[in-house]
Amino acid sequence: MTDAVALVPLFPLLAVLVNFFAGKRMSKTTVGIMASGSVGASFLASVVALMGLMALEPGQRSVEINLYSWISSGNFEVPFGFLLDPLSAVMILVVTGVGFLIHVYSTGYMHDDDGFARYFLFLNLFVFAMLLLVLGNSYLILFIGWEGVGLCSYLLIGFWFTKDTASEAGKKAFIVNRIGDFGFILGMLLIVYHFGTLQFTEVFHKAPTIFHSGDTAVLVITLLLFVGAMGKSAQIPLHIWLPDAMEGPTPVSALIHAATMVTAGVYMVCRSSALFELSPVTLSIVAVVGAVTALFAATIALTQNDIKRVLAYSTVSQLGYMFLAAGVGAYVAAIFHLVTHAFFKALLFLGSGSVIHALHEEQDIRKMGGLRKYMPTTHRTFLIGSLAIAGVPPLAGFMSKDEILFEVFNWGRGSGWLLLWIGGMVTAFMTAFYMFRLVYKTFYGESRMDPEVEKHAHESPPSITVPLSILALLSVIGGFLGIPVIKKWNILHNWLGGVFQAAVEHGPEAVEAASHLAEELGLMTVSVIVAVSGIMLARSIILRRPEVAEGLSQKYSVLYQLSLNKWWVDEFYDRVVVKPLKALSDWCWTVFDVKGIDGAVNGTAWTANKTSGILRKLQTGFVQNYALSIVIGLVVMLALALI
Amino acid sequence: MGLESILFYYFAIVIVATAALAVSRRNPVYAVLFLLPCLVHIAGLWLFLGAEFLAAIQIIIYTGAIMVLYLFVIFILDLGSFRTKRIIHQQKSLAIAGGLALIVQLVVLTIASTFPGPFGPPQEVVSGGNTQAVGGVLYTDFLFPFELASLVLLVAIFGAVVLARKESEETSS
Amino acid sequence: MITLTHYLVLASIVFLIGVMGVLLRRNVIIILLSIELMLNGVNINLVAFSHYLQNMTGQVFVFFVMTVAAAEAAIGLAIVVVLFRNRETVDVDEISLMKW
Repeated sequence: MTDAVALVPLFPLLAVLVNFFAGKRMSKTTVGIMASGSVGASFLASVVALMGLMALEPGQRSVEINLYSWISSGNFEVPFGFLLDPLSAVMILVVTGVGFLIHVYSTGYMHDDDGFARYFLFLNLFVFAMLLLVLGNSYLILFIGWEGVGLCSYLLIGFWFTKDTASEAGKKAFIVNRIGDFGFILGMLLIVYHFGTLQFTEVFHKAPTIFHSGDTAVLVITLLLFVGAMGKSAQIPLHIWLPDAMEGPTPVSALIHAATMVTAGVYMVCRSSALFELSPVTLSIVAVVGAVTALFAATIALTQNDIKRVLAYSTVSQLGYMFLAAGVGAYVAAIFHLVTHAFFKALLFLGSGSVIHALHEEQDIRKMGGLRKYMPTTHRTFLIGSLAIAGVPPLAGFMSKDEILFEVFNWGRGSGWLLLWIGGMVTAFMTAFYMFRLVYKTFYGESRMDPEVEKHAHESPPSITVPLSILALLSVIGGFLGIPVIKKWNILHNWLGGVFQAAVEHGPEAVEAASHLAEELGLMTVSVIVAVSGIMLARSIILRRPEVAEGLSQKYSVLYQLSLNKWWVDEFYDRVVVKPLKALSDWCWTVFDVKGIDGAVNGTAWTANKTSGILRKLQTGFVQNYALSIVIGLVVMLALALI
Repeated sequence: MGLESILFYYFAIVIVATAALAVSRRNPVYAVLFLLPCLVHIAGLWLFLGAEFLAAIQIIIYTGAIMVLYLFVIFILDLGSFRTKRIIHQQKSLAIAGGLALIVQLVVLTIASTFPGPFGPPQEVVSGGNTQAVGGVLYTDFLFPFELASLVLLVAIFGAVVLARKESEETSS
Repeated sequence: MITLTHYLVLASIVFLIGVMGVLLRRNVIIILLSIELMLNGVNINLVAFSHYLQNMTGQVFVFFVMTVAAAEAAIGLAIVVVLFRNRETVDVDEISLMKW
């Protein structure tokens, strides 16, 4: 049954091919059904593969399927193959499951768009690439998927390519991702250099025998891999592309820029845990970058007025949590948060899409309000998503975030690293605040909509509300995959434990569970209080007394402006990186290229021109002159022969 | 001097004289007419050398076909009024100097060289004589080049027809 | 006694006369005739060697030279005809389009 895994990426690929060749001639209904159906089929195949995997002994749960030998050069071999183990099983379920819902949603959302077939072509291609990414059994296959999702991301951000901002955002995403990808490529090269292979199983098997903990080589490798992860998962300082990526259609934001692609970096770090465990320095860096990103993005999300941008910064912030978890060695917690985040963030994005759709592409929350009565289902599901991300028990977000914070607390116990935990807590507070700021501004209070728009505000069709409801359900119950405190009941932990065996052994959490029990419960209470107070604060100043919010932003206008303008990171990059680079390119162009290279080329041409101008005189054009030169040549040769 | 020498010198003198005259005539008709005896005498020289077949071919093809072709072309073109208007390139002296140097070198080389003897025994006189001998070699060792030569002639025919055809747009349109 | 050398010298002279014709005359038809002369000079050479070495190959080569000469004459004269038709001249000095 595990062989079914080979079918998982096949269905979307087939859909892509059919769509590519015949999409324009097919009706929208057919395209929609085919696209959604293919992802649904691969979800079923994933379930079959999962059941096959569950039937195996826990120690045997790692199945490699090599389809064919792709690269074979001397000792270096890369078969094109898949690796099915608990980690990739979880990932393919999330990708195909959430992907299926978003496809269904898209059939409703994109229904009136001219590029309907093109949209689903890209979306299916994305799912295919993402599945390749999570299923690949070597870094190279992972990298193909990695680049594939990057390409699809670019194509879909710039889907409405006639809009300037959209195509600019697409380019930005692509270029920033290139920086990360470059690191990833270098990391892969170093892996080949040290291990002679890119196969996951071999690399991770050999890693402890080749390297000692803390070796420089492994430090460099993991740092380079992490640079790749930073680019893909929008971590500081490469986070700038993700908020701009919101120019794409909203379901794309939900699928690619919330649920799946941006988590590829987290997946890659977790997948490479055997390497990262050998480099404590890298792990600390991962943790710090994660925590800083979480905090930093949350501060920006506090003041943004574009509904999708708030969610985008929230995504960056949540990704920071995942890296924080991975950095402290809590890979299971990272994956757990990845899964729950996929549920509730997809839900939130799709909800926002529903709102935007109803208000005719209005994204500014200052022009919303009171939508509760027009869109009851959207409101209900959006509220559930917000509660989940804010960390209200027992919703999914609470479970996963709390596990992360608990692991961080444990790891940093009694040292300066406890700062990371404090940062996580502050972020949790801000998360609760900005999410409910969003909820209150959008769905509650007075309507600030244009009367014209308000007249047409309506609930979305079932193709939109049904996926919302399913995702809402998942956001509620998803957390029970990883029940805290009682380790025996923690399904995800038991399931993934084998994959991160090495990590668990080296991990800082000693197994003295009993003494931690009280502590864990205490921490949980703290985080619940934090979450609820964040919500309450939002309720009191956004909903009840907007003038307070106004006053605060006046009083602390420096801080407010800092947050509103995203800490001027874009401007900073523009000043420090883009402008000098442009100046350098300008110099290269006007001086080096025009004067140097062009000068050399033109000089060559000039020399040839002048020389041939002189030599031209030999070419009289008279055949007899040429014949004479033949005779003279003959005379000279004979003279040489005679002498 | 034996008979052989006398005949050789006769042929040689006629060949050289007629060749020089042919080349130097202003009127191409005269040139062709001088070339005819030149070629015929060359054929005669070959009889000396036991190449009867080639001598016959020389007369039939060269004098009989090629030279007549030249004559026809000259008649067609009506070159009577043709006069050189100007002399653009001056290379007479240089050409003569080069030519003299070349002939001196060739003669010196020829006289100074000693040639190795015959490679094989003298060829038996076959019943069919020289013609059969040529044919024997031509249709065995040189069969492929022989076929190729026919192809060359075919291409030449096509080329000549295509080139000399009058471009008449009225008929093509 | 007439030796091979005699024939070779004669052939050289015939060849040289052809060369001088090609170099000095400006009438295309005469130039073509000169080329025929050069070919005949070579032919004399070949037949003389064939006789001297008692080898038929030389004569076969003369045969091929004649074939080529026939083809060359046909094409060359066709070109002359076209040339005269288009430019009203058979003077090589007038035909200098190859320059530039």
